[in-house]
Order: sequence, then C-alpha cells, then structure tokens
Amino acid sequence: MQSQLPFYPEQASNFAPQVDALMLFITAICVFFAAAITVVIVIFFFKFHRKQPNAVGIAFHGDSRLEAAWIIVPLILAMAMFGWGAVVYVDYRHTPQDTLDVYVIAKQWMWKAQQPNGIKEINELHVPVGRNVRLVLASEDVIHDFFVPAFRVKMDVVPGHYNTMWFRPTKPGRYHFFCSQYCGTNHALMAGWVTVMEPTDYAAWLSGSSGGNANPVVAGEKLFAEKACITCHVPDGTGRSPSLNGVYGAQVLLADGSTVTADDAYIRESILQPNAKIVARYLPLMPSFQGQLTEEQIFALTAYIKSLQSQPIPAKGAGIAPPTGNK
Amino acid sequence: MSNTPPAPDNELPDTHYLNATYGSGIRSWLLTTDHKRIALLYLASVTVFFFIGGVLATMIRIHLLTPTGALVTPETYNKLFTMHGVAMIFFFLIPSIPAVLGNFLIPLMIGAKDLAFPKVNLLSWYIYILGGSFVLYSFGTGGLDTGWTFYTPLSSVYSNSAVTPAVIGIFINGFSSILTGLNFIVTIHTMRAPGMTWFRLPLFAWAHYATSLVMILGTPVVAITLLLVGLERIFHLGFFNPALGGDPILFQHLFWFYSHPAVYIMILPAMGVVSEIIPTFARKPIFGYAFIAGSSIAIAVIGFLVWAHHMFVTGESTYAALTFSFLSYLVAIPSAVKVFNWTSTLYKGSISWDPPMIYALGFIGLFVIGGLTGLFLACLGLDIHIHDTYFVVAHFHYIMVGGAVMGYVGGLHFWWPKITGRLYPESLSRAAAVVLFIGFNLTFFPQFILGYLGMPRRYHTYPPEFQVLNVLSTAGASILALGYLLPMLYLTWSMRYGKVAGQNPWPATGLEWKTDSPPPTENFHVTPEVTWEPYDYQNRPDLGLAAGAKPLAPAHGDD
Repeated sequence: MQSQLPFYPEQASNFAPQVDALMLFITAICVFFAAAITVVIVIFFFKFHRKQPNAVGIAFHGDSRLEAAWIIVPLILAMAMFGWGAVVYVDYRHTPQDTLDVYVIAKQWMWKAQQPNGIKEINELHVPVGRNVRLVLASEDVIHDFFVPAFRVKMDVVPGHYNTMWFRPTKPGRYHFFCSQYCGTNHALMAGWVTVMEPTDYAAWLSGSSGGNANPVVAGEKLFAEKACITCHVPDGTGRSPSLNGVYGAQVLLADGSTVTADDAYIRESILQPNAKIVARYLPLMPSFQGQLTEEQIFALTAYIKSLQSQPIPAKGAGIAPPTGNK
Repeated sequence: MSNTPPAPDNELPDTHYLNATYGSGIRSWLLTTDHKRIALLYLASVTVFFFIGGVLATMIRIHLLTPTGALVTPETYNKLFTMHGVAMIFFFLIPSIPAVLGNFLIPLMIGAKDLAFPKVNLLSWYIYILGGSFVLYSFGTGGLDTGWTFYTPLSSVYSNSAVTPAVIGIFINGFSSILTGLNFIVTIHTMRAPGMTWFRLPLFAWAHYATSLVMILGTPVVAITLLLVGLERIFHLGFFNPALGGDPILFQHLFWFYSHPAVYIMILPAMGVVSEIIPTFARKPIFGYAFIAGSSIAIAVIGFLVWAHHMFVTGESTYAALTFSFLSYLVAIPSAVKVFNWTSTLYKGSISWDPPMIYALGFIGLFVIGGLTGLFLACLGLDIHIHDTYFVVAHFHYIMVGGAVMGYVGGLHFWWPKITGRLYPESLSRAAAVVLFIGFNLTFFPQFILGYLGMPRRYHTYPPEFQVLNVLSTAGASILALGYLLPMLYLTWSMRYGKVAGQNPWPATGLEWKTDSPPPTENFHVTPEVTWEPYDYQNRPDLGLAAGAKPLAPAHGDD
C-alpha cells in the first residue's frame, strides 16, 4: 500500500500522525540550519575569494558571546526534540489497559500470529480498526523485528525475552509489515501483510476461520497435564507448588520478600528458569523446561494459566501477595 | 598554483625519507621504523581494503537495481554487505586518517624526529596485516554473512559462514589501533619541540589526541566481545545464546560500547584535517581555536556515553532509552560548535579555490547533513519508525563516507606535496572533488526517503514501489565511483610526473611546512623552535605573503 504522497507511507495508526509531526518539526529545524550554513559558506566563498596572490585574511580569533550563542541555541532546540520524542516514545512503551492481545512468533524466516481465540496465521495479521492491539513477540531462533511502516512502529523480537508493542489501527486496509532486524539468508522474504478490518468484518473473519482444536487454552490445559505440571500445581493449594488459580495479573510474593506481577514474561521465566524467582514459603523443586517447549507451547500454557484467572483462589497455597494497605 | 612560496625549488631535495641512505629496496620498507614510511605502508594497505570494499559496494548497488535483485543470490547478497562493512570500517575507515596522515604528520607537526615508539609503530602495521589476513581468509573461504555488527545469536550460533576467522582477525587488528593510539598520546605529551605549547598544537593533533583516547579505551571492549562470539561458536559457551542461558542483548551493549565511539575514531581525525585546511586556504587564524580543540575532547568523552541509542527498540527500559537519547543530543552540540567556527573562519578570509579547500567545504556540506540527520535518529519517538531502515544507512554513510572519507581525500590532497614532494593537476582534482560531492549526494540522499517510506536495510529484494529511488541511488553510485577513481589515478601519476612542490606550496603555517618536501628521514635538519601562534599569517614574514603590510581591508575597519 503506497501512499500517493511521495515522502510518507500511509498513516494508518494512532502513532502515525504523531511520528510524522515529529518528523516535520525536526526537518524544519534541520533544513533551516543546513540552508543557513550553506548560504553563508557560498556567500563567503565568492565574496572573499582571494583577489591578489599575496593577500592574507583579516584575523579574528574568536568571540565568546558568539560561541555561547551557538552552544545555547542548538542546545535548546535539541532539548525540544528530545522532549517531544520522549513523549511519543513513553506513550508507545506504555501499553494501555484492555488490549486485544495477539501472540506473534518469529522464526527464520516466517511470522506466526495467533489470535486470542486460537486462530493462527502465517505472514498475515488481521486486526480490527479502532481497537488497541498488543503484540506479544517471541523468537524461536535469532533476533527479528516486527515493523509496520504504515503504523510507524517496530519492536525487536528477541530470543529468550518477551517484547511487547502496541498500536491502534485507524484506517482499514492492507499494509506491509517487514522484518527489520537482519536475521540471516531470507531476511528480506520475512515480510507479510497486516489487514485492518472494520470490527464487524473482523468478528466475521474470526468466526469464519477455523480455530478448532487450536484453541490455546485447550492446548495449554492438555500440556499442563502432559508435562505433569498438575501434580505439583494443585488447584486447591494443597500441592508442593502454589496453586495457579487467579495468579495471572496478580502480585506474587517472593522468597526474598519482594513482589512481582505475574505477567506473560514472569510466567515464561518461571517455566524456563524456575529458580530465578521462588515464591515465598515454597522450595525450589521445579525442573527447568528450557529447550523442551516451543514458544508456541509456552504461549498455550500462558493462555491456560490466564484462563484460571476466574477460578476460586484457595485461602492457603496460592502464592499471591496479601493485599497491601493502599490497594 | 597561483600562490607561490618565496623561492620554489625546481628539484626535490637530494636526500629525503624515500631515498635515504639505507636504500629503497623492499627490506628497507618492511624493516623501517620511520613513521613516514610506515604511513606509506598503511596508505598502500588501506587502499587495498578500500578497493575491496568499493567493489563490494558496487555489486550491492547493481544488485538493487531491480526489486527482485539483479545480480546475486540472497546468500551472496548478505555476504556482500557484510564484507563491505567489515572491510570498510575495521580495515579502511578506522585506520585511514590516523594511521596514514596522523602517522606521517604528527611528529612533523610538533617538531619531533619520530613517534615515541618507532618499533611499536612498525609492529602495529604488522598486526594490522595479520588481522587483515585473517579477515581476507574468512572472505575467501565461505565469506561472512552476519552483518558487520555480528549480532548474536545469529553470528554465534546460526550463521554457517566463516565467522570465526573474521572475529579473530578483528580481535588481532584491535591491537594495531590500541598501539597507534598509545604512540600518539605519548608522542604528543613528551616530544613537542621547544615553544610548541598545548595551545599552539595544530588542531589536527588535538583531534588525534582525542581519537587516541577512544582507541585505547574502546578497542579492548570490542576485541574481547568478538572473541567471546568466537568462543561461543567453537566451544558452545553460553555468553549470548539464550538457549544456553546467555543474553543476546548483552552482546549489543558490549559491541556498541566500542562501535559507537568508533564513529568518532573515524570522524574526529577528519575534523582535524578540515581544521587545518580551512585556515590555510582562508589565510587567517581559525575562529575559536580553544572551542574547536575542546569540542574534540568533549566528543570523545560524551561519545562513550551514548551507545544504547542503537538499542531503542530492543525492549531496553524506558528510562535507559530516555537517558541515552538525552546524551545523544548532548554529543551533537560540540559538532555544531565546530561547524559554526569553521564557517566563521571564512569571514573576511583570503579564500583560495585550491583543491583541498573544495574537499574541506564539501566535507562541511556532507557532514552537516549527516550530523543533522543524527538528530532524527536520536529522537526516541522517531527512531521507532526509522530504526534499521535505509534512513540509518544514509545517515551513517553521510558521516563515514561524506565526512570521514571526504576528509581523508581532502587531507591527502593537502599534504600530498609534503608526502611526495610533488603537485597534482589542479583543475582535474578540483573537478574530482565536485564529482565526488554530487555523486555522493545522488547515491545517499534518496536513501533517506527510502528509509522514511519504510524500506528496511539489508534487503536483497524489496517491494516494487521502492525501485525508483533505488535506481537513482545506483546511478549516483556510478558517479561516486568516478569521483574516487580520478584521485587514485592522478595522484599516482603525480608521484612521478607532478610538478615539484617545494617546502611550502600553499603556503601553510604548520611546522611540517618548515622542512623539505619530502622531508628528510630525521624530519628537520635542525630542531625547530616555535615562536608563533597557530595559523598566524600576520606575523610570519617567512611565508612571503603580504602579511602585516596590507591585508584586504584595515584590520580594525568597518566592523
């Protein structure tokens, strides 16, 4: 989707107008300075061209007021650029509540996306217009980067980490996405299309495509039994490990007295490196599942644990931090 | 040359460093400890790497003529841009000005007989050759496809190319850089001629002092980091590989801790060259000497604190991103100070249009664009869009090629008469500078637009809507290539056939111009004593100019 305007990709997300305004602001300042320097140099170049072979120039050794001026004025302008850029960036890095979460897995050289109801897509991503969308990004191998020029956003997809990015599509259409972190031979082929749909079309598309038994909660529940997680993480809190009912999104009290929010990244870490953060009053018994689960399976387990949010939390054996006074 | 020195000699001096008593056979070169001869050894070897890198760049641009790729397979394309980057950055740009011009000039400029450690100087060239051989071995046996940035775990686990010899080569080459920096610092501290106070030092020496600090403090970090990549490949140690408990982002911190300051290793010496050329060809003292000298040090120091601005979209903490963006804006200020001071130096100068001046002004034009577009990338909100696109490619080529290479070629033109004793065809070289400037802009300016439109870098194939700008860029590259070939040809020609230059053809005020061209092996027949301020044309009757008598207008005239 190429815009008719030659210098801009299409503006199709909440961030696009902000980033473009920032671009115009900085361009205006820079063009002014570049033009001013160029004009002055060209004028001096001709005006003060040597007239006699022996002539020398007139000595000026400097002027501290001028030096101060051309330190302070650029500094103020630079701080304005910094400040405005920071505002946009902080907004981008602070995901709003109540997002539509899509899990995206990158591997050499394809993208797999999974909608909340389990529908999987390859090198395609469907999202509704006007809704805040959060992408949870995981890599099976090297570092990739999910980049949608029409949305003006990108985020690296780093193996061993979860990164998240968010945007709100503002205009239905089909837009390129690219891998923008070099990832090996077919890096340039690791691209696809984001389809932004009206909410009703999106709902129809979701129900029309076959989610079937790929529902991540179902898959996660099955894995939870297969990998014998259930033998220790007993729902009523009587097991050797804390019950996971209601844990997703809650504060977990750790052995060192600190607390941590049980988000996607925490759950992932607890599966792969169980000893990194031990829940208070429990022993470090859990084996590591590093190398035994694919990123997709970890997503499924996370989805299942998330689905336990509504289950009754046992009075003892939940691992959830007691509510603090001010909350 | 319209402006002739007092008595131009018509012949080269009888003995000089090129034909000195110990002969001119191959042994006399390979065993030399003369900084001037070592500079020429470096000149030959960096030119070889520039040529290799240039051929690779040409193939890249031809390949990108069509959206599906006109020339090579994806594997080969990835190797082309990786080897282009490695050859150009580690083996051409970083050593170019310091090891060639700096080596040749710093002792001459401060009135010394040689560098402080002449044998170490020769050793550093051998280390460079050894490191370069490993890298060429890597290029020849499977090539390298990791990108010059060697990001893990692609480089340390997944790549099937010859990564190990390449990282060993760069590790070895690092010591060459460290030893050169060490040599410069000790030389500038201890070997200045009588009267050569710190604030009489040429700004070229100040720039090299700052560069040497970066070389000594930064290079060990990248050397060790790349060694860790090699160890992870060979022994499967988990430094960066997450499957073994390592952290791929750690690599980026370590890599950029050197590789961002490395940009200043490339650009600071070029700024030093320009700070010499501008006052010489405007025939007046440089405006704001202390500010230009101080800004070199400021760039070297602040330049160490900005590395994670390469990592705004890796998921680094928002606070880290805010800090690094802020510091990146700070490091822009000393560069701006330099540009304003150079421009002010032109005011009421006696400006000649000699070739080095054309190159220096071309440098300013390109560096201004390169520097200002850095402000776009330092901007957090904008970087989430233009990071890792062609905007970045355009930006760093404006700094490293438009800036550093333009400065290097300009410096070669300025000091060529001193190095070889001969002049080159003036009009041809002036034309070459203009061709270089135009070709460069045509090659790289379209890439800013490509980047903003969203074309990611390192793509062997691209959507068809990006073709027009890519074709423009390739067309520019062919003009640019001509701009580099011309000086290679006429400078080589001039070594034998050029007009004899004499001691001080421009004339310039520095100490290096107070000795023969080419200089004798011991640099000066008698130890010089400095009694004048830097770039002073008013009190230098020895230059044979109208100095002091009647400049263009009264010194305390209408302003």
